[in-house]
Amino acid sequence: MSVVEAAAGPQDRRPGRERRLVTYLVVLAVLVAMPLVARELGVSFLSSPKLIPIALFIVLALGLNVVVGFAGLLDLGYAAFFAIGAYTVGFLTSSSSFLPYHELNFWVAMLIAALVAGIFGVILGAPTLRLRGDYLAIMTLGFGEIVPLVIKNTPNVTHGILGIAPIGTPEIDLLGIQFRWGIDSTPWYYLVLAVGALSIFLTGRLRGARIGRAWAAMREDEVAAASMGVNLVNTKLFAFALGASFSGFAGAIWAGYLQQISPEQFDFSVSIFVLCMIILGGIGNIWGVVLGGVILGSFDRILAELINNGIRSIASATGSEFLRELDVVKAKGFILGVALVVMMNVRPEGIFPSGRRKAELHAGEESVALEHQSQETLFDKQK
Amino acid sequence: MIGIANGAVLALVALGYTLVYGIIELINFAHGDLFMLGSFVALTVVGSLGFTAFGATGGTPAWLAILIALVASAVFCGVLNVLIERIAYRRLRHAPRLAPLISAIGVSFILLTAGLYWKGPSPQNFPNLIPDFDILRDVFGMTTIVQFNLKEIFVIATAIPLMVVVTLFIKRTKMGKAMRAVAQDREMAGMVGIDVNKVISFTFLLGGMLAGAAGLIFGLFNENTSFNLGFSAGLKAFTAAVLGGIGNVTGAMLGGFLLGILASLTVFYIDARWEQVVVFSVLVLILVFRPRGLLGEEV
Repeated sequence: MSVVEAAAGPQDRRPGRERRLVTYLVVLAVLVAMPLVARELGVSFLSSPKLIPIALFIVLALGLNVVVGFAGLLDLGYAAFFAIGAYTVGFLTSSSSFLPYHELNFWVAMLIAALVAGIFGVILGAPTLRLRGDYLAIMTLGFGEIVPLVIKNTPNVTHGILGIAPIGTPEIDLLGIQFRWGIDSTPWYYLVLAVGALSIFLTGRLRGARIGRAWAAMREDEVAAASMGVNLVNTKLFAFALGASFSGFAGAIWAGYLQQISPEQFDFSVSIFVLCMIILGGIGNIWGVVLGGVILGSFDRILAELINNGIRSIASATGSEFLRELDVVKAKGFILGVALVVMMNVRPEGIFPSGRRKAELHAGEESVALEHQSQETLFDKQK
Repeated sequence: MIGIANGAVLALVALGYTLVYGIIELINFAHGDLFMLGSFVALTVVGSLGFTAFGATGGTPAWLAILIALVASAVFCGVLNVLIERIAYRRLRHAPRLAPLISAIGVSFILLTAGLYWKGPSPQNFPNLIPDFDILRDVFGMTTIVQFNLKEIFVIATAIPLMVVVTLFIKRTKMGKAMRAVAQDREMAGMVGIDVNKVISFTFLLGGMLAGAAGLIFGLFNENTSFNLGFSAGLKAFTAAVLGGIGNVTGAMLGGFLLGILASLTVFYIDARWEQVVVFSVLVLILVFRPRGLLGEEV
């Protein structure tokens, strides 16, 4: 984990831009073709209604990765910003909104949603980012609990648990091309895919930029970073607000796609689920996060059901009562919990780690080993 | 009075947070779910014993049933907490702070699902072991706004001795002294011959036992429990611990009582739906303006 190695940056280790570009294009082409092929072949678990939530949660995970992975701030209330984004769009575009004017263009509403979520991020972050890491985690957790509660408890504004519906949809009217996102989910899938690609690009650029290096420095040693001229509060605040606006942006698309939002869609388990994606895949590494998102998302939306059906058929074939009772969908929380504990103990850097984070997460062990060594020599001398 | 009784339960749970935080600086996220499991164990024990209400004859008397359930749930939670520490936290003691915290969230999810499988998703009713009995009204024939219910008195009469015992334990015994030493400086304590791992295990045992006892008391007082009780109860208790100054044993108790009273005042004057919002707002305000809590951080 030498400073020189870190300062050399990721550029030097790149195997060649052209090859990478080709890989990206191939992956993108596969992703674009997936729902169409699935529709032709009649494979329902790869159709766009299944893929959209997975892709959207990956966008969320990419945003949270800026906060948790890059800046090293544990945010346990990420779903709150997701909710704020979704409700902002709801207020601005839904016919059941309390606002007198509610026919705003969806794209504009989406940008406003990201902005509003970012502002909430600043409001929450400004007083709390001075606190120690674990206090910040609890604060964000509290915020994440308060937001759905407030939504539930103010039915005059938010329609309480009934939620807001319908919500405006985006449309394009450019150069004679007219298109409107509606009931068909495949265009929504492409929209989310585009946003996902953009997020990967943006967060990747951010990591190498001045601010990204400031985040890394701050994450590793706040005092050292501050004495090198990094403004801690502003740097943290920027990470927090940026993560929040990502979440708000994703929330806007989510609201537009589902056409119906209600507070229980945004509870604590959403925040934890997104966090699990990052941890499983590899904190700080963009591709790791995407991989973690694909694994957990497909487990959540596709695999759990498939495994369940498999177990059911085995159970009815063998007549085993135990297998029939076993419900993988119900045990989702258990599996997530085990995954978190095992990952933290065995491989805290994730399946597909960022080299730098790995070094940080194992730094403690090194220093402990060193301590033992120095103690031994001390005792040896005494003898 | 309801506030004080609820506060007593909160204080017991908050003690578990504060002990663990004081000693290894970990917010033990799973503590609330441990409390939930404690109430489940108590319910199972009470249910299987077959008891009779006060005054009746035959079967296990209620006080004995309560005592057995108290011991059972305390031992269960204590041992479980030690196991959790062994499996999920011990190896992360030298890792960055966030690693054990995330591990604790994982444990919390595991316990939550265990509770869900054990008793199912619907709230479970506790048998009514303690009669609804208002001392002022029924004995002295007075009608007052403040009621002295037998149940509330039971809660306070069980919780306060427990707290006194814990405080004395930490202040007076050798193990208590070792705990304070480890909390102050783990390495130094190890050098002067304290078995640090044993002390930490013991702290988890103590915290777990308090959570188990609190689980029973909560169940008897509110007459029901549910698998998802742990999350909000845990957050409330954590807020109480922070309010009093986390790591501070007296502070945790004070914070528990204050928060309990505040919560029931909210229910009474505003609306039960806003109770949690008020509690979290208190947490936010304390952390922003006085992060060291009312009594400061110390063990």
